[in-house]
Amino acid sequence: MLEIDLRLPLDRFVLDVTAASPSGATMVFGPSGAGKSSLVKAIAGLIAGVEGHIRLGSRVLLDTSSGLNLPAHKRRIGYVFQEPRLFPHLSVAANLRYGAPHGTEIAAIAKMLDITALLSRRPGLLSGGEAARVALGRALLRTPDLLILDEPLAALDHSLKAEILPYLERLRDHGGIPMLYVTHAIEEVLRLGTTLMILRDGQIKQFGPVAKVLSDPQAAQDLGPRLAGAILPGQTQARDQGLMSVSTPAGPITVPDPGFPLGRPVRLRIMAQDVILSVTRPKGLSALNILPVTIETLHSGPHMGVMVRLVAGGVPLLARITKRSAQALGLAPGQNIYAVLKTVSIAQDNLVQHITQDT
Amino acid sequence: MTVPPETFGVLWLSLKVAGVATVVTLPIAVFVAYALARWTFPGRSLLNLVVLLPLVLPPVVTGYFLLIVFGAKGVLGAPLATLGITFAFQWTGAALAAGIMGFPLIVRAIRMAFEAVDPKLEEAAKTLGAGPWRVFVTVTLPLSAPGVLTGAVMGFAKALGEFGATITFVGNIPGETRTLPSAIYTALQIPGEESSVWVLVALSTTIAVLAVVLSEILSRYVAAKIGVRHA
Repeated sequence: MLEIDLRLPLDRFVLDVTAASPSGATMVFGPSGAGKSSLVKAIAGLIAGVEGHIRLGSRVLLDTSSGLNLPAHKRRIGYVFQEPRLFPHLSVAANLRYGAPHGTEIAAIAKMLDITALLSRRPGLLSGGEAARVALGRALLRTPDLLILDEPLAALDHSLKAEILPYLERLRDHGGIPMLYVTHAIEEVLRLGTTLMILRDGQIKQFGPVAKVLSDPQAAQDLGPRLAGAILPGQTQARDQGLMSVSTPAGPITVPDPGFPLGRPVRLRIMAQDVILSVTRPKGLSALNILPVTIETLHSGPHMGVMVRLVAGGVPLLARITKRSAQALGLAPGQNIYAVLKTVSIAQDNLVQHITQDT
Repeated sequence: MTVPPETFGVLWLSLKVAGVATVVTLPIAVFVAYALARWTFPGRSLLNLVVLLPLVLPPVVTGYFLLIVFGAKGVLGAPLATLGITFAFQWTGAALAAGIMGFPLIVRAIRMAFEAVDPKLEEAAKTLGAGPWRVFVTVTLPLSAPGVLTGAVMGFAKALGEFGATITFVGNIPGETRTLPSAIYTALQIPGEESSVWVLVALSTTIAVLAVVLSEILSRYVAAKIGVRHA
């Protein structure tokens, strides 16, 4: 458990954050310049001038009222930067051992990250993906109480991201180390996140379990209307003709086959802008997914028309429609209608394997 | 051409003076270079100026200051003499003068090497639990090793050639403070000593060239070993 209550004056605003982050991966999400990196640097002790209180488990890292301010090297916080930052004069093995307690066995971590064959090499000879994995292993072997990942994938191209993500998932699910993960990529939030913190201009705009925050019409404003969309937990059920049927509390949903094994828990993200609403059950439609839903609330935002929060089988869904459509259909809370999802609009990035339980 | 017998004494004394000057000033130069490269503190510009001063002052002036400060009746010379440490008209004084004249060159080379070390690597070391001293010894210093080496060689070469400050401070005493440059100067004063001049000049040139070549080879080797580009 990480508890923070801190203030730090930045160029454009004052970073002012109070939060208690539970175990699992807490995703710090927001536009660039929102103060995400400053927040995690402040927690790691890499920025001077931070006021307030930081507690990690039973240890107090910062308490300016009593004058306590642990230096970075005593905070036991592992840090994975955007660049690998490997020491060029040391071998991969020596890099891994740099922060490890004496007598630590590096073999298990090296095996988990598939870097065993690289141990005797110099960092200068590694590929981008290899270097990123070594940096991750080095931070883990420091046996930190918290692992901060500050946009670890931002500098990598798409195929390298896909190469590293499974290792991060393994880490979240089996490492037992709480993670604080800075990103501006919603796919990473979806794939890795347990808790989501949306930061803007140094303030927390939304904070809570990923599925809950993403399905909240209020949060749509903070995410941007294009990124708003509910998360459905599901399980891969059957595959046929390049399609896969995923069972969800809202009913079965057909998506393009991602190639996952059957019976696998997944997270399905339904973008609000991909949902079409109909007051009667549509007939003669090419879309495969028609779900009976109940309107819960309607939110009119300044620019984005109307964000409709729906409930289907006890789980929330979001739909984004124009004000004119909402009026023409006479939509009102409590009404039973149908949500139509086009199969192909559920892109690969919106369906991810997810092992931990959504809370 | 015959080699005058005192040549070996002069050579040995020169190497001793320059060697001691370099070895003693190097750790101080490393500290001062680090302070100038990484810290902000009151008096930083003043320190920078004082360090550079021997480079721009006429060497005779530097020698005169040394006389005032470290001479037998000097500000520091008198109290140090009671502790048994004397500089005036001794080889230790020649080493002091040589060290001070070489100091700016050593500091400059090492400071540039420190400034070239990416602070992001030092930050990474901190997050891996390394305190300031460990960061310096295991990251900053190894990555600046080629620069430190270059600085040491330049300081040594400068110390070997130091003349003006030395002769002003400790004179030109055979066997005590007569180093290669003083010996050349002395030989030039005496008619018919051209051959000894040539021997001494050849010696000076050989040592200087050897030092530079050796440092270049070592610097390349170290740079390759630590995986950084050769400076």
